[in-house]
Amino acid sequence: MSDNLVEVKNLTKVFPIKQGLFSGHFGKPKQFVHAVNNVSFHIKQGEVFSLVGESGCGKSTTARTIIRLHDPDGGSIHFGGVDITHLGEKEMYPFRRRMQMIFQNPYSSLNPRYTIRNIISEPILFHKLAANKKEADEKALEILNNIGLRPEQADRYPHQFSGGQRQRISIARALALNPEFIIADEPVSALDVSIQAQILNLLLDIKDEYNLSYLFIAHNLAVVKHISDRVGIMYLGHIVEVGNKNTIFKHPLHPYTNALFASIPVLGQKMKDPAITGDTPSTPIDLPSGCCFRKRCAFAQKICAEVVPELKEYEPGHQAACHFVEKGGC
Amino acid sequence: MKTVFAKLLQSEAYFNFKHNYLAIAGAILLGFFLLLAIFGPFVTPQNPYNLKELNLSDAYLPPSVMDSSSHFLLGTDQQGRDMLSGIVYGVRISLMVGISAMLISLVIGTTLGLIAGYRGGWLDSLIMRVADIQLSFPGMLIALFIMVVFGRGIDKVIIALSMVGWVLYARTVRGATMAERSKEYVDAAKVCGYPDRMIMFKHILPNVLTPLIVIATIQVGNFIITEATLSFLGVGVPTTQPSLGLLLSSGYQVLFSGLWWVSVFPGLTLLLMIVGTNLLGDFLRDELNPKLK
Amino acid sequence: MADYLLEVNDLKTYFYTFKGVVKAVDGVNFKMRRGGILGVVGESGCGKSITGFSILKMIDPPGKFVSGQILFNGEDILQKSEEDMSKIRGNKISMIFQDPMTSLNPLYTIGQQIMETLAIHGNMTEKQRRDKAVELLKVVGIPSPESRLNDYPHQFSGGMRQRVIIAISLATSPELIIADEPTTALDVTVQSQIIHQLEQLVRKNNSSLILITHDVALVSQIAENIIVMYCGKVVESGTMEDIIYRPTHPYTKGLLNSIPRMDDSKDRLEPIKGMVPSPFDLPVGCKFAPRCECCSSKCLQTEPEAVEIAPGHRVCCHLFDEKGDC
Repeated sequence: MSDNLVEVKNLTKVFPIKQGLFSGHFGKPKQFVHAVNNVSFHIKQGEVFSLVGESGCGKSTTARTIIRLHDPDGGSIHFGGVDITHLGEKEMYPFRRRMQMIFQNPYSSLNPRYTIRNIISEPILFHKLAANKKEADEKALEILNNIGLRPEQADRYPHQFSGGQRQRISIARALALNPEFIIADEPVSALDVSIQAQILNLLLDIKDEYNLSYLFIAHNLAVVKHISDRVGIMYLGHIVEVGNKNTIFKHPLHPYTNALFASIPVLGQKMKDPAITGDTPSTPIDLPSGCCFRKRCAFAQKICAEVVPELKEYEPGHQAACHFVEKGGC
Repeated sequence: MKTVFAKLLQSEAYFNFKHNYLAIAGAILLGFFLLLAIFGPFVTPQNPYNLKELNLSDAYLPPSVMDSSSHFLLGTDQQGRDMLSGIVYGVRISLMVGISAMLISLVIGTTLGLIAGYRGGWLDSLIMRVADIQLSFPGMLIALFIMVVFGRGIDKVIIALSMVGWVLYARTVRGATMAERSKEYVDAAKVCGYPDRMIMFKHILPNVLTPLIVIATIQVGNFIITEATLSFLGVGVPTTQPSLGLLLSSGYQVLFSGLWWVSVFPGLTLLLMIVGTNLLGDFLRDELNPKLK
Repeated sequence: MADYLLEVNDLKTYFYTFKGVVKAVDGVNFKMRRGGILGVVGESGCGKSITGFSILKMIDPPGKFVSGQILFNGEDILQKSEEDMSKIRGNKISMIFQDPMTSLNPLYTIGQQIMETLAIHGNMTEKQRRDKAVELLKVVGIPSPESRLNDYPHQFSGGMRQRVIIAISLATSPELIIADEPTTALDVTVQSQIIHQLEQLVRKNNSSLILITHDVALVSQIAENIIVMYCGKVVESGTMEDIIYRPTHPYTKGLLNSIPRMDDSKDRLEPIKGMVPSPFDLPVGCKFAPRCECCSSKCLQTEPEAVEIAPGHRVCCHLFDEKGDC
């Protein structure tokens, strides 16, 4: 039995594009959005694994499918060794306590009609981690204190707090059930730069204190570099490269990863020519045959249109899915 | 409760209310009629439902302002009923019918709307198609049909109105629910493993209530008019318990022979009630609309 | 001809709301020469966007220009009438907004939208306008421009739409372009293409560009001069090298330290402690004082004035009144 807390194998998720009078109930929908395609990775206990990519690459959908907000269309998800891919609502109940999520938008991720005390005590009560409301409230205040909010603020409403404080409240809610695994879906993207640093530091602190593992979703590579142990790069629903923080940032292999790194503005350096042309399709409806990246790739060859490249390991812990790299690389 | 009231007085909403004369007028009108409905029956000179108190020889007496021999402030109708008492009791019926029907259709409509909006799928389609079919008939027609089939009576009027009125709530709540459903706090609730029932009623419902307040206020006015119309047509309340509509219709035939007070006073009362609900409803709609801010 | 293309002197734009006065722009000073690129950097609520809107006199009630001047080619914009302004907006000064999804009217083709600008600000015939529109689309890098003229905004991706907006903004060869967070809503690979293109076009046309953004790294790539804003005031201004390599104001230093960088390997970031104050509850004295490591009692009482510590490099901080150090 591996010590992987989370194991994802060949995960696939498609969304039908609805057409017709009865919204596709009585007819087969003609088109699908291929959000997640054959994605495989694992997360060890105590590890921070990041999924990086641009809009439409499927990283958020992957995260939501793992936590069963969506039902997977293919592949499997194992949590703590148990297959949770097709579990029903009742069977998922014990797992809900062990996996939690932090969302991107600090303005819509907290119920505007709940006081923050209730936002945090509700899950505690629901999962019977406290005997009564009073006890749940006490536990809630304790967690709020831990993440830097004062007890007097507990009876306020979300709109009375700033973006950074709201993210702290979201983190507190995620911690309320004492989970083992937290998915953080772009938790700092909507925050000001100086607040981002506070929240990232907080996430690192609580990881040690509460013994957590993270799946971190982001599009900002610099943020990812600071917080992750391992990184997966996604494009059009596929994982194109995966590796340890050291290897992947020092020598990226996949042409997309290289283009991504080259596009990031570096402080104080004059702008270089853009590393890549064209736009990322934001809704992957018609996937190109073979490699998903070939239409924008400077190194595309005949085989790229015919065969889908598989993730192959090129050094310990560092894998890439690219025919070009296979043949000798960048 | 005290702090809620204190907060309300300090809020921007109250500030806008204080400066909006139309809204204040609407509130005063409604307040007046509510008080009339509650306390009026204790101070009216006559109980118009008690047939023993009526004296046929008092029929069609003019208001005492016009003819000082008549001791009826607003005159009497063809059965010798004091118009003032009739109107006060009529207001009571109007408000009772309007508010009860509004509450029932609110509950039914909101529940159906929440389910349709949250669950989506075939359930949503089904509920919305039923709503659409019902909307394709004029509300009055449906109410009329129900009253004709089931007979007269206040309770039946309330049921008929509720069966017409739920659709507006259902559609509004469905739209608002669909907007809320995509927000991340709903995802957070699902991640905690809450059942759908809990998410719909504890989490989403408080966030979709705002437009309902506006609809409810205006709908009270609409129901009052509908009830009056049904009574006017003779299918609403029974003749022994006259509502404003019935009073209106009883004076309708003699309107142009100079006995104007039998129709005009009930008519004016109805007018003022509707104006009150609409003014207040307009103010609430503008006030509670976040897009206008 | 004026020495500077744009001179903003002690600009104050306040908003009078129900909850109080918001001093969105509170005494902003800067100058811009012709043909340069200026970066305006700051976090949300610092007033950088309102500064941009003020230059175009696009401030609606409850906002008001309380004092100051905006000299464009020597003439004060704040004294101009709406009629005069409508000849300047979209013509001499144009603006690029943040959200490409909503900046274009969904009901008109992009050809119509580009040609509308040309029709209002010029005397071209229909055919000339069409040709110019095609040329503009080519210049911003949209493939098959002739056929795409007849497409609607929803048929373009985010990056393409932003290019269309750049095309519209360049249509009249304006002297000044104000770009308010033009790439925040775009992916980083698209961002690099767009900014690259924008820089090239601005240089080619000899226009000037004000780039308003919170992304310090981005602005450091193309701007020659940078001003850093906090709570409605300019806390530091200078050349790009001054700000990035010789930052002096504690806020600028804190900002640069708290940004995760690709090229360093610190494990923990150094955030600026505390939060941006609410605009209704600004501190007396220096607005940054409560969060400042070097705060002294003087900082809490009086607001600092701008001091020139090197040619062109100005800082608004009491530390430099007495030439002290932290």
